[in-house]
Amino acid sequence: MSATEEALSSADVVPLSLRGPAPTRVVAGYGFWLFLLSDIIIFAALFAAYAVLCGETAGGPTAADLFDKKHVLIETACLLASSVTCGFGSLAVQGGDRNSTYFWMAITFVLGVSFLSLEVSEFSHMLSIGAGPSRSAFLSAFFTLVGTHGLHVTLGLCWLIVMLLQVATLGFQPMVSRRFFCFGLFWHALDIVWIGVFTIVYLGAHL
Amino acid sequence: MSTEIDAQEAQGMGPGANVRTDGTRRSYLIGLGYAVILTLASFWASSSDLIYSPGIPILLGVLAIAQMGVHLVFFLHISSAPDQTNNVLALAFGIFVVGLLVFGSMIIMAHLNHNMMPMDRLMQMQR
Repeated sequence: MSATEEALSSADVVPLSLRGPAPTRVVAGYGFWLFLLSDIIIFAALFAAYAVLCGETAGGPTAADLFDKKHVLIETACLLASSVTCGFGSLAVQGGDRNSTYFWMAITFVLGVSFLSLEVSEFSHMLSIGAGPSRSAFLSAFFTLVGTHGLHVTLGLCWLIVMLLQVATLGFQPMVSRRFFCFGLFWHALDIVWIGVFTIVYLGAHL
Repeated sequence: MSTEIDAQEAQGMGPGANVRTDGTRRSYLIGLGYAVILTLASFWASSSDLIYSPGIPILLGVLAIAQMGVHLVFFLHISSAPDQTNNVLALAFGIFVVGLLVFGSMIIMAHLNHNMMPMDRLMQMQR
């Protein structure tokens, strides 16, 4: 039995309460996880507002008139693919592989930007046909919910650029890879929120 | 990776902390496969004639919750590992608050809506 294998098996035997302080990465991940859950609670409030107001169209366009399923499917595909490439990028960060980090995170960035541009084109189309957020309570709730998600994606993309700059200047220090780890959690959590958005807002519109 | 970084990383870590449980490329691809199947299923189900139509919202809800579970397990790596206990507890509390918020709001608003006097009667009374 090699030294590392011995270390592994003894780690299984030592009870959790006797193992000493948790590694910084676990603690940082827990703190960021709490932030993400509070962020999801904000989205829950917006979802509740949308669910209550989605029928109040004030004589304006209804959800079924406005939403195109094919457009949403492409948006979903972009976000899902970016989630997986972000996962590959996190593996590259853990492995300390600079080139494949840049590669996967660049793909993640491009997919995130294409998601955002699809969303912006949808919003500008809606505004151009007079279905802006001031038209009805339904549209106010829609733009708040989907716009907040889009804002999160935008902030995530800014964060990704900052992280890539940090890799370029600081290298794979533990601090940098912890931040990358938190970025990955943020990005995957946004994808979970999007599942709720496309199910309730877009697919719910055509029922 | 240099030994300097290894030493820095080992600081403050318990035994067994160097074991990475963040999944492999394969687990991300398995997650992607499940997520694609569930997404396509819910897009298909929303406009299908094969399914009893009043049941479709429930089916969509089930598919969405299943896909959220897939994302939690394969992408966010929530598991029953000992160092994940706190994360799982926080998640359970988060789900509780989300449920309270969403269903509570919907029940209260539906109830108020039900009890509200029709708008034309209200207008008559104000004259």
